[in-house]
Amino acid sequence: MTVTYREALRDALRDALVRDPRVFLMGEDVGRYGGCFAVSMGLYEEFGPERVRDTPLSESAFVGAGIGAALGGLRPIVEVMTVNFSLLALDQILNNAATLLHMSGGQLNVPLVIRMTTGGGRQLAAQHSHSLEGWYAHIPGLRAVAPATLEDARGMLWTALEDPDPVLLFEHGGLYNLEGELAPDAGPVDIDRAAVRRAGTDLTVITYGGMLPKVMAAAEQLAGERISAEVVDLRTLRPLDDATFVGSVTRTHRALVVDEGWRSVGMSAEIAARVTEGAFYDLDAPVERLCTTEVPLPHPKHLEDAAIPQVDDVVAAARALVQGGPGDG
Amino acid sequence: MLRIRRFEEACAQLYTQTKIRGFLHLYIGEEAVAVGVLEGLLPEDAVVATYREHGHALIRGVPATAIMAEMYGKATGCSGGRGGSMHLFHAPTRFYGGNAIVAGGLPIAVGLALADAMQGRSVVTACFFGEGAVAEGEFHECMNLAALWHLPVLFCCENNLYAMGTALARSESETNLAVKAAAYEVPAWTVDGMDVLAVEEAARRAIDAVRNGGGPHFLELRTYRFRAHSMFDPERYRAKDEVEEWRHRDPLEVLWAVLESEGIADEAERDRAEEAAAAEVAEAVAFAEAAPWEPVETLERFVYSDESSVHDVLASSPLGPGGRRR
Ligand SMILES: Cc1ncc(C[n+]2csc(CCOP(=O)(O)OP(=O)(O)O)c2C)c(N)n1
Repeated sequence: MTVTYREALRDALRDALVRDPRVFLMGEDVGRYGGCFAVSMGLYEEFGPERVRDTPLSESAFVGAGIGAALGGLRPIVEVMTVNFSLLALDQILNNAATLLHMSGGQLNVPLVIRMTTGGGRQLAAQHSHSLEGWYAHIPGLRAVAPATLEDARGMLWTALEDPDPVLLFEHGGLYNLEGELAPDAGPVDIDRAAVRRAGTDLTVITYGGMLPKVMAAAEQLAGERISAEVVDLRTLRPLDDATFVGSVTRTHRALVVDEGWRSVGMSAEIAARVTEGAFYDLDAPVERLCTTEVPLPHPKHLEDAAIPQVDDVVAAARALVQGGPGDG
Repeated sequence: MLRIRRFEEACAQLYTQTKIRGFLHLYIGEEAVAVGVLEGLLPEDAVVATYREHGHALIRGVPATAIMAEMYGKATGCSGGRGGSMHLFHAPTRFYGGNAIVAGGLPIAVGLALADAMQGRSVVTACFFGEGAVAEGEFHECMNLAALWHLPVLFCCENNLYAMGTALARSESETNLAVKAAAYEVPAWTVDGMDVLAVEEAARRAIDAVRNGGGPHFLELRTYRFRAHSMFDPERYRAKDEVEEWRHRDPLEVLWAVLESEGIADEAERDRAEEAAAAEVAEAVAFAEAAPWEPVETLERFVYSDESSVHDVLASSPLGPGGRRR
C-alpha cells in the first residue's frame, strides 16, 4: 500500500483514538482546520470536537493542560505546530512534565505525548525552521523520538502512548510528503533502539529525522564510488541507543554525524563524544560532523540550501573521511 | 488554622537550626484561606498549590509527619524527600503540588479539570496561586481556556498584596483582580481572606456552582503574610506598622472572637486545640528526626518510570484505578 508520511501519522492518530477512549488530540487548528500540516485532516469529523480539540493560541496553557489531563487519567496527544513555538511551553515541558515523577517521589507520572514539527527546507525563515529537538534530548525525564520512515511514522505514536512518561515526537516538516510502501498491518515499533538502515563497511553515518532520506541518497551515490556507508538512524534522541551506533563504528572504524541542528553544543556533539568514549581505539579517523551552518535559517532558497546539509555535502564529507583518514592504507 | 500556625512556627525554628534547608515560605497570617476553601472540598476533588503550600497540604489531609519528613528531605516524606518544602505531593489526597514556578500550576489545574469533565466526573479542582501570578501569561491563557471549555476549576488567588517585595500596584495596571477574571467571563468574588467564615461561605458557594456544571469560578482572597516572603527575605519593602496593623486582623483571633461571643467555644476548648496541635507538631518533628535518608544508590530513581514505580496515579487516589469514584 502506498502512503505518505502524513497519512501514516494520521493512521496512527486514528488508530490511537479508536483503541483507547482515554486518548484525545489537542492543539492549535488540529480540528476543524485539519491540522496545520493536514496531519489530522478528517479526524475532527470522525471523532468530534471533544477528542479532536482545537485550542486557543496558548502553548503554555494547553501543553500544561495536557500534563494535568494525563495526571487525571487521560492519554493526551498534544500537537504544537512547530518546535519553535514549543518554546512558549518549555516551562511546562521542562519544569512540570519532566520533573513531576522525580519531585513527587514516584507518585505522579505523566503519560503525555507531545507532537511537533521540526526542521527547515521549506523557506519558512528563522522562526519556523529550526531543529531544536536536541534541546529536549538534553532533559532527563523526557523521551524524544524522531520518526524518519513510514514505519516509524505509523508505529511510534502507539508505543509513545504506552510509555508511562512524557514522550516528545518530532516530525520533520520536509518528510510529510514522503511516499512509499507501508504494510497495511504496520503496527507499533520499538522506540528503544536505533536502526541500521543500510549496512556498510567503510564508514558509519549517524543521523536521524529529516536528514535520513538525504543520507540514504548519499549512501547510494557513495556506493557508486565503491564507498560502502553504513547508515544508522537514531530514531530516539533520548535515551540514546549508543550500543547500536558505537557497535557500528567498531566495525567500520569511521564515523560521520549528520545533524540538521547546529553544531555547537548540539546532538552531533553528544554523539561524537559517545563514539569517542565507546570506540576510540577502533577509530581510524577523528569523528566528522556535518551540521547546519550556525545562522538563524534564512528565507532565500539558495541560502537555506547552503545552510542545511544536502546530499552532496554528505557525499563529500564521507568521501573525505574515507580517503583522507590517517589509518587508511 | 491553629495546626498550620504551630506547624509552621516549628518549621521556622527548625530552619534556624538548619534542620530544614532550601527555600522555606511560610503561610502564617494566611491560614484562613486554605482552611476556608479546603473545608468545602470532597476527597475526590483535586488541589493544586504553589511553593507556599504547607498549610494546604496539612488541611487537605496529608499527614503532618509526611510533610515534616519532606521538609527535612527524608525518604519517608510525602514526596520521598526529593521535593522539599516547595514540592509537596500526595496522590492519595489528590494533592498535586507544590509548584515553585509562579503560575506554573494553573495549566495543570485546567488539565485535571479537563480530565474530570471528559470522564464525566463531578469533581472540582481547586487551584491556589498568589496575586503575583496574575501578571504571568499563563494566568490569562488559563482563565480563557477554563472559561472557553467551561471547566470545573476554582481559581483561588491569595492576594497578600506582595509578590516577594513588589506591591500589587507596582506590577499591575488593574489592581482589582476580580475584574480581570470577569473579563474572561469567569464569575469572580473578592473575599476577606482574614475571616475564615467568610472564606468558607464564599468557597462553598463557588464550589457548589463549579461542581454543578457552572464552569470555572474565581475567588480573590484578600490576605496578608505576617512573615517575610521566605526565610532569606530581609523584608525592607513594607513598613513594620503595616504588618502590625494586619496582625490585628489575625485570622485565628478573628475566628476566636466569633466563637467566644457566640458562646460556641471556651478557653478550655482553645487549650485542648493548642495541646492537640502541639502534639501533632511534636510527633511530626520526632518522625522527621527519626526518618531515614534515601540511599544515594537510588539517586537515579524516578527519572523514568520503572517496574517498581509505574503505577497509574489514580490507582492510589480516591478516584480509584479506573478513574471512577470509589
Ligand atoms: C516564573 C517565576 N518567576 C519568578 C519566580 C521567583 N519568585 C518566587 S515567589 C515570587 C513572588 C510570587 O508572589 P505571589 O504570586 O504573589 O505569591 P506569594 O509569594 O505572595 O504567595 C517570585 C517572583 C518564580 N518562582 N517563578
